[in-house]
Amino acid sequence: MDKLREEKLFKSLMLASLAIVVGSLFLVIAVVVWNGAPSLSLSMITQTPKGGYYLGKEGGILNAIVGSLYLAFGSMLLAIMISLPVALSLQKDYIGKTKAAYYIRLSLDVLWGTPSIVYGAFGFIVMLYLGMRASLLGGIIVLTLLQLPIMIRAMEEVVKLVPEELKEASYTLGATKLETTLGVVVKQALPGIVTAALLAFGRGIGDAASILFTAGYTDSLPRSLFDPVASLPLAVFFQLGTPFPEVQQRAYASALILLIIVLALSITSRYLSKRFMKNIIR
Amino acid sequence: MRVRQLKDLLAGRLMIAFAIFSSLLVFLIAIALYWRSKPILEAKSLSDLLLGSTWLPFQGEFGFYPFILGTLYVTILAMIFAVPLSILSAIYLAEYAHENLREKVLPLIDLLAGIPPVVYGVFGVLAIVPLVEYIAPVIGKLGIPFLRAESYSTGFSLLAGGIVLAIMVFPIIISISHEVFRAVPSEIRDASLSLGATKWQTIKHAVIRTALPGIAAAIILGFSRAFGETMAVLMVVGNVPSVPKSVFDPAYPMPALIANNYGEMMSIPLYDSALLLAALILMLVILLFTLAARLVLIRIERSMAHG
Repeated sequence: MDKLREEKLFKSLMLASLAIVVGSLFLVIAVVVWNGAPSLSLSMITQTPKGGYYLGKEGGILNAIVGSLYLAFGSMLLAIMISLPVALSLQKDYIGKTKAAYYIRLSLDVLWGTPSIVYGAFGFIVMLYLGMRASLLGGIIVLTLLQLPIMIRAMEEVVKLVPEELKEASYTLGATKLETTLGVVVKQALPGIVTAALLAFGRGIGDAASILFTAGYTDSLPRSLFDPVASLPLAVFFQLGTPFPEVQQRAYASALILLIIVLALSITSRYLSKRFMKNIIR
Repeated sequence: MRVRQLKDLLAGRLMIAFAIFSSLLVFLIAIALYWRSKPILEAKSLSDLLLGSTWLPFQGEFGFYPFILGTLYVTILAMIFAVPLSILSAIYLAEYAHENLREKVLPLIDLLAGIPPVVYGVFGVLAIVPLVEYIAPVIGKLGIPFLRAESYSTGFSLLAGGIVLAIMVFPIIISISHEVFRAVPSEIRDASLSLGATKWQTIKHAVIRTALPGIAAAIILGFSRAFGETMAVLMVVGNVPSVPKSVFDPAYPMPALIANNYGEMMSIPLYDSALLLAALILMLVILLFTLAARLVLIRIERSMAHG
């Protein structure tokens, strides 16, 4: 009887833990929606800050929304261009089974764990060294570095899932490794590659610590790669840091906008990968 | 014919070059940080820097002690909340939960992982900080060590940072340890069950024991994530550079120190060098932890592939 009671106790503890974990997700969403929704307005997403915006006057955070999209898109594209070849080279057709690949994976794992503030500091050192100032380009580069380990890992996982028989069929027909990789592997793994890219996009649009010193902040829309650029996470952070309740309200609304974008992204990518999966040969 | 082969060769080389470049990034970051923190390492002894508790950049005093302790305390506190909750959740998901439930819950946990740090920070400011402010005088009266409230707590405190961080590391610990539990061979469970053990006895004595190294790795990875997390903690932890005596006291973790000060006041000698040393320390600690955890996980993966 005792051992059954113990099992019951632990089972309810586990259920309670799971409820707390899942509950905390809904709590975070609920708190941000509850506080952010009232000050969310059309002008907030269609206007840039007017004079005295940070004192509670007119305007919106269009600069930050557009800036964040630029940063996240730019860095995602760059990251794809680097990650895809790396992930493909980690197939066993290339160097996947070698000792080198083992160390490459290990160092990518370490990069994965490196905090974004460290990327930010590193980015700033490099920019100082090159004589660059905080700019859209600086932000894009740092975010690219931040996304690399996430993207490569995720892409490698899906590339690994491509059936060997398919590749062999392609080799038998006389295709080279490159032709097989592009024509069979990339095509087969495309849904996963898209998901990996969206995952990294989400990380890029939400990160603040890495672009704090590298992207800068400005009230105007981004005009060139070499100008400072505003971003949503920093808009949240700076507005929250003002002593004015009206502006803090807007910080909550900005956080809500960011949350909506990120949640929409992750739901879309889940949906897309499910849709695409149907067209894949297993 | 020759062109195709040449293309193949070149593309292969290029891909491998990219791979090598991206793996060198770790070293590049470490070297750059070391290079820029060298001035302060040459000017002061390492023990003065790590154990000194005065932080007065204007007077050339750079004692990291309160910041190191602040980082450690807030991380440990987060782990106290996160580890039991995450491991218990992972066991339930891997061992008890119906396929249906698992398929519904795991995506939610991924969502939790995708929420940006500043959003957690806003959540903390709105929900956790007021909560801590409210409970501090009540619990503080009981006189439990580390839980005393000597002075009025604004709520911006170690405890607020710990709770917010705990929620942020749930997904890491849960998803990795869930994988680890699933990787335990079913023969181990069958053997235990056939000897008449109950499901829970099997989990307790056979599954958890087998999964222990993997669980440790999951915890270490969660710890590293919490250790380096910047924005969310910065927004709720109070940022007062003294050693906290109670969980209701404010603290000033190292990532917050860097974020708040780097890039400004670069004219003060050694200041930026000191901040980059903080970044280097963060990076090295996390590098060691991640390496240890990953080596364990790779071992598990390999034994799975062979066994």
